[in-house]
Amino acid sequence: MAFEDTVNIESPIHDIRTQAIKNFEIEGFPTKRQEAWKYTSLNSILKYDYSVFPKHEKALDYGEVKKYFIHDIDSYKIIFVDGKYSSHLSQTTHDGIDVCLMSAALTKPKYRLVIDNYFNKIAAKDGLSSLNTAFSAEGAYIHIPKNKVVEKPIQILHFSTGDESALLLQPRNLIVVDENAHVQIIERHQSLTDNPVLTNSVTEVFANKRAIVDYYKIQNDRQTASLIDNTFINQKRESVAKLHTFSFGGKLTRNNVSFFQNGERIDSTMKGITIIGNKQHVDHNTLVHHIEPNCESHQDYKGIFDDNATGVFNGKVVVEKEAQKTNAFQANNNILISDKASINTKPQLEIFADDVKCSHGCTIGQLDESAMFYLRSRGIPKKEARALLMFGFSNNVLETVTIPEIKNRITKIIAQKLGVNIGFNL
Amino acid sequence: MSKYTEDDLREELKTKEYEYGFYTDIESDTFPNGLNEDIVRAISKKKNEPQWMTEWRLEAFRAWEDMIEPEWANIHYKKPDFQAISYYSAPNSKPKYDSLDEVDPELLATFKKLGISLDEQKKLAGVAMDVVVDSVSVATTFKKTLAEKGIIFMSISEAIQEYPELVRKYIGTVVPKKDNFYAALNSAVFSDGSFCYIPKGVKCPMELSTYFRINQAGTGQFERTLVVADEGSYVSYLEGCTAPSRDENQLHAAVVELIALDNAEIKYSTVQNWYPGNSEGKGGVYNFVTKRGLCEKNAKISWTQVETGSAITWKYPSCVLKGDNSVGEFYSIAVTNNFQQADTGTKMIHLGKNTKSTIISKGISAGKSQNSYRGLVQISPRADNARNFSQCDSLLMGNECGAHTFPYIEAKNKTAQVEHEATTSKIGEDQIFYCNQRGIDTEKAIALIVNGFSKDVLNKLPMEFAVEAQKLLEISLEGSVG
Repeated sequence: MAFEDTVNIESPIHDIRTQAIKNFEIEGFPTKRQEAWKYTSLNSILKYDYSVFPKHEKALDYGEVKKYFIHDIDSYKIIFVDGKYSSHLSQTTHDGIDVCLMSAALTKPKYRLVIDNYFNKIAAKDGLSSLNTAFSAEGAYIHIPKNKVVEKPIQILHFSTGDESALLLQPRNLIVVDENAHVQIIERHQSLTDNPVLTNSVTEVFANKRAIVDYYKIQNDRQTASLIDNTFINQKRESVAKLHTFSFGGKLTRNNVSFFQNGERIDSTMKGITIIGNKQHVDHNTLVHHIEPNCESHQDYKGIFDDNATGVFNGKVVVEKEAQKTNAFQANNNILISDKASINTKPQLEIFADDVKCSHGCTIGQLDESAMFYLRSRGIPKKEARALLMFGFSNNVLETVTIPEIKNRITKIIAQKLGVNIGFNL
Repeated sequence: MSKYTEDDLREELKTKEYEYGFYTDIESDTFPNGLNEDIVRAISKKKNEPQWMTEWRLEAFRAWEDMIEPEWANIHYKKPDFQAISYYSAPNSKPKYDSLDEVDPELLATFKKLGISLDEQKKLAGVAMDVVVDSVSVATTFKKTLAEKGIIFMSISEAIQEYPELVRKYIGTVVPKKDNFYAALNSAVFSDGSFCYIPKGVKCPMELSTYFRINQAGTGQFERTLVVADEGSYVSYLEGCTAPSRDENQLHAAVVELIALDNAEIKYSTVQNWYPGNSEGKGGVYNFVTKRGLCEKNAKISWTQVETGSAITWKYPSCVLKGDNSVGEFYSIAVTNNFQQADTGTKMIHLGKNTKSTIISKGISAGKSQNSYRGLVQISPRADNARNFSQCDSLLMGNECGAHTFPYIEAKNKTAQVEHEATTSKIGEDQIFYCNQRGIDTEKAIALIVNGFSKDVLNKLPMEFAVEAQKLLEISLEGSVG
């Protein structure tokens, strides 16, 4: 194991890593032959000779990268440059809550208990997640103790500077939110040059009793950057977890999102807006596992696809026998703008309980011509009218965003994507 | 007296034949178990088929040998041993019983509920029958009318002899012989089936049904159906029967091909009620069917199915909408009870412009059964203005069954309009209460609600089928509520 030399053998997770390496050797990278990867091929991004551990650190100036932050609000920041922690861009804390580094959490004894209880407990054992478990060196560690409401959001940003000709990043995040605690997290991956980058990220989130977790993923990367995001969220009773994913760019983006509802009266929400063009590919692969009674889940994914873009939605809702009175809803709406764009969608329901309300709907369609005519007849130019309609189409995803600055930022990105200069805020 | 179970019946069926020696011993009608090229050749020879047909079968067989049994479906079963099956036995011409008194009383009770005439009952249960004058005369007049119109309706073996050009032209064009594992197996060993050809501009005056094709009764284990509707013609075809058919064949791998040429319309209705296994999930038929239709310009194919039988159902009647303005429809009710498993749905492949498809699927699961809908809607890049509407509703009864939905939607054209919606629910206690309150007992109330739930599909069935299908739903769900 060549990689083993560079990681800490004394680490408490050494056994987990060894096992993960074995898993990866068995599983390997997923291929299109696997049902969950039927519409997404990794061939185009696995052809590069990625360097896994960058040789030297590169410092970034805040001015250079300010625009990638949600900078108009005060926040905790955990910033990585080429996979290495950047202390001068970051703002971490141990004051009442732990917002710090995975590498520290894995080595310092005071975190041992949390690591033992939570680390790698819900991450999948498939090839990609195992690869991350085996070789990831860094990431964010967030632990919010009981009854603590974190007053400002936590931003996790990963920059890649293009120092290496091709870089593989494997961030590993662990987020533990204890009873009654509340946290907001913003995550973003950004490449600063045109050198190929592949990020294989694994995030484990534990929302304990009555905790509230509000998670935002902003994906607006370059045409050369690819992202495989694996997020696992384990919820205990009466907790609320919301995940918003905004996918506006990147060569290939795959979002694996899994929610496990281990308790009663849990609420899970996952929403997404995807607006892509060129040859971009975005794949949302979601799973909600209803294990106990009286829980809810809401899924709402909107997609707008231009040029040669391809979109995939693969949503799965599993309702176990015990999970009576489940209320699960899933929607996926898509608009194809160009002749070469395509969308593959597969909303699945697997239901073993009888007293449930489960429904899903998905549509593929065009903008309503009469609505278009209405706007045009009132003097709104074609481009703007189109943009307004598309914004309206995706707007109900934004309705549940609780940080206004994020909403503004997303609105701006949407305007930019649609090539208009209007505010949308009526 | 201990309860007379279906197993006993099966046992009885097996032993009875030998006991009374009802073998038609003209020549050995059953081939030894196992499958190899010689068996395929022998089947072909037995049917006195032309050289091209033999070659065609052999090609399919060779392809089949390299194929693996598909495992993607949401069903679990012990795979059949393909070398332990006899691939040819003559149609069930031999009677199993001397009189109706010997038949399983449970079966007879079901017949009675379905309102099947005594003669038909005998026929279905496999009781030795005198010549039923009525039935023959019906069939004769029937055949005469068809002949006048130029409609060809016969068994596929006959058609291979009498109209080899037609069969050769169309067979395997919609379901290629190497299409999938079971289709390849069927192509290699199919024993018999139906062939139907409607000439240009002819509207078939009656519902064609396999039932009326007397003398060729008995669905073979590997049935092959080919329906060709020439330009501007119309045909409605009924397959199967509402009556429970106690077939001894464990494995059924049928292939149905429909070809609707320009402006033609084919309506294909199926009621499948094969032996579903007993209430402990033992026995029952494995039903692995490949059904596909091809629509040319302005053509329309409509599949309607009521699936209540079989232990395992694996069936996806599909439409290839090749011609512009063609229409595909799929209406399905799948009922599973006890340990039945169904993985069924449809594929709508939109290739032509302005093509439309509608999918209405109703799944009802009870007992410990698993019921899956699996569908594909594919809009190809040149299928401008394609339109699809899909609706899949599932009804669950009891908390030990499962309902699953696996819709695949692939759109590659920006003018496509695709809608899919699915719901899962149970029968509301308030609904039952409402009925109870008005003096309708729970069993009847459920029948009523199920009927309403499946109405969209039942309405699409031809009249005579619809009535029976309604009763069938009732019977299939009997005892599913405590």
